[in-house]
Amino acid sequence: MSAQTLFDKLWTAHVVREFGDDWALLHVDRHLMHDLGGGPVFVELAKRGLKVHNPELTFATPDHAVASTPGRVSTTFPLGGKLHEALRSGAQTAGVQFFDIGEPGHGIVHVMAPEQGIALPGLSVVCTDSHTCTNGGIGALAFGIGTSESVHVLATQTVRLKKPAQMRIRCEGRLAPGVTAKDLALHLISRLGAAAGTGYAIEFAGTAVEALDVEERLTLCNLAVELGARFGIVAPDERTLAWVRGRPKAPQGETFEAAASYWRTLHTDADAVFAREEVFDARDVAPMVTWGTSPQDAVPVTGRVPAAAAAAAPDAQAGLEYMGLHAGTPIAGTPVDWVFIGSCANSRLSDLRAAALVARGRHVAPGVTAWVVPGSESVKRAAEAEGLRQVFTDAGFQWREPGCSMCVAANGEQVPPGKRCVSTSNRNFVGRQGPGARTHLASPATAAAAAIAGRIADPRTLP
Amino acid sequence: MSPFTRVTGPAAPLPRDNVDTDVIIRVERLAALDRDQLGPYALEALRLRPDGSEDPAFILNQPPFRSAPILLAGANFGCGSSREAAVWALMGRGIRCVIAPSFGDIFFSNCFQNGLLPIRLPLGRVQAIATAAAAGAPFTVDLQQCTISSPSGEVIPFEIDAQKREALLLGLDEIQLTLRDDESIRAWQHEDQDHRPWAWLSHPAPRPSRA
Repeated sequence: MSAQTLFDKLWTAHVVREFGDDWALLHVDRHLMHDLGGGPVFVELAKRGLKVHNPELTFATPDHAVASTPGRVSTTFPLGGKLHEALRSGAQTAGVQFFDIGEPGHGIVHVMAPEQGIALPGLSVVCTDSHTCTNGGIGALAFGIGTSESVHVLATQTVRLKKPAQMRIRCEGRLAPGVTAKDLALHLISRLGAAAGTGYAIEFAGTAVEALDVEERLTLCNLAVELGARFGIVAPDERTLAWVRGRPKAPQGETFEAAASYWRTLHTDADAVFAREEVFDARDVAPMVTWGTSPQDAVPVTGRVPAAAAAAAPDAQAGLEYMGLHAGTPIAGTPVDWVFIGSCANSRLSDLRAAALVARGRHVAPGVTAWVVPGSESVKRAAEAEGLRQVFTDAGFQWREPGCSMCVAANGEQVPPGKRCVSTSNRNFVGRQGPGARTHLASPATAAAAAIAGRIADPRTLP
Repeated sequence: MSPFTRVTGPAAPLPRDNVDTDVIIRVERLAALDRDQLGPYALEALRLRPDGSEDPAFILNQPPFRSAPILLAGANFGCGSSREAAVWALMGRGIRCVIAPSFGDIFFSNCFQNGLLPIRLPLGRVQAIATAAAAGAPFTVDLQQCTISSPSGEVIPFEIDAQKREALLLGLDEIQLTLRDDESIRAWQHEDQDHRPWAWLSHPAPRPSRA
């Protein structure tokens, strides 16, 4: 058999039927649903007189529009309460497992799915959310779909898809101390551009990627869509297997071993060919922060807002204007009003540990509102058990309930117009965190440093 | 899905790259409104000034383009969030065709699910069409012929995936099509349970309903 890429192997394993021209009917192993639109998907299915094909392979949890206020209930944000209720009743009628707020397993879909063993290496995973590619970090064939496709998946447990071209991004060497997967992702996007991955599935490989822990790989794959790609994947290895073992819905005992021996075959063959290949030196990566309104507008925290941007592109000029920044000025030192640590990019336990390391024994600067929003109920409980909550609250951060919160700002929690927020989320789009809100993307350590300093600051040299 | 055969009308140039789906429709709108109510809110971040009034400088606020059925966009149009509401909002404004050098992948798929025709053309071609479109004279996009006809009579061919073209022309319902294959799906599933027993889960125990 000819050499195959990791993506070829994952794709082939899910083809139910081929239609020609690279179109196929792919089996969906796990369908994730969330509150922003999940209810209407169930309604649409019922309207067509159809049933859920495999309710045992579908999982629902409210994350986008739930309040993160301590002590929150379903209706704390009333519009969210309606969406939450629609999802809950749809899931219950359909016999779909629903992880409600406050329960173990509740959380941002892309945090709770791998954490619960719902997403596993080698599985196909879909969700009406572009960051479904996060799950590629454990070697899953995971991709975002639209609402119509979600109705299709509920009704048929399949999706019609055209096989994309493939790109490999190899990162060789090791990231320097204090430089994280988030910084690597922003570095890649700033070098390649936000559309570089459009039409591709991206495999991240190389010694720097192999050296990442599993949660960092989830972060890296989370940002594949900000490169334009629907898929980001990292080959599962022994570290992945150890991370997956024992998760609530992961296979157990002999079944796990059978799965593990299959998972060990999930890697790109030595002579497989990619349509595009890019190689980066991990030593070139510094802590990154964005200055504009696309994730590609990123510079090292020690760098300057590019002078060239203003002259070159009207888009960049509009971005600078929206962000209230001047070309050529150092990005560090820019005063900040808000800090948000959370989102499916960076709300896992390791992220909170990295931020807590910076926050420990220090204090949030006067005038800065700083939030920590754990990605899931399990992350929250684990962080509380190891004392991270105390570290954050002692330092003046607010410790909140899990959800997407101020990443997408669908839960009524917004950065006020004109205010500047350093955020560990994945999008700095115009109005993403609220109309007029100015977002700088960064790693948890860099965000925590900004909260302490009251301005954009290098976490490695914080006094 | 509404079938698409041809559309005639002004083509509005929106020459900026990376117009994301958050900008096409704000999350608060899609959370609060039904899909047929979104039209007035399409691209509001660009159409409106901070005080809520229309920005007369924005192309879709200018008379010949207010109800343009064709949008000429920059690279990576519809990047970002998977929200299908971005397509519903554009269609709610009467836009039936977007021509751009490239599209966000999920947005591109979502277009076909709803009968909005996304056409990929090289940047130079899109720019040339934009120049010809500036006065607001009508273009015709014909999916049957796979051509764009300019007001001066120039005919620009475009390529589109054969399967998607047919589905659009006929307004095919993908779910009904796939359900015709349900026996193969079930057979595949049956066989897969032997190959990948670890991939399969039993049905969760029913949960008590919460008031």
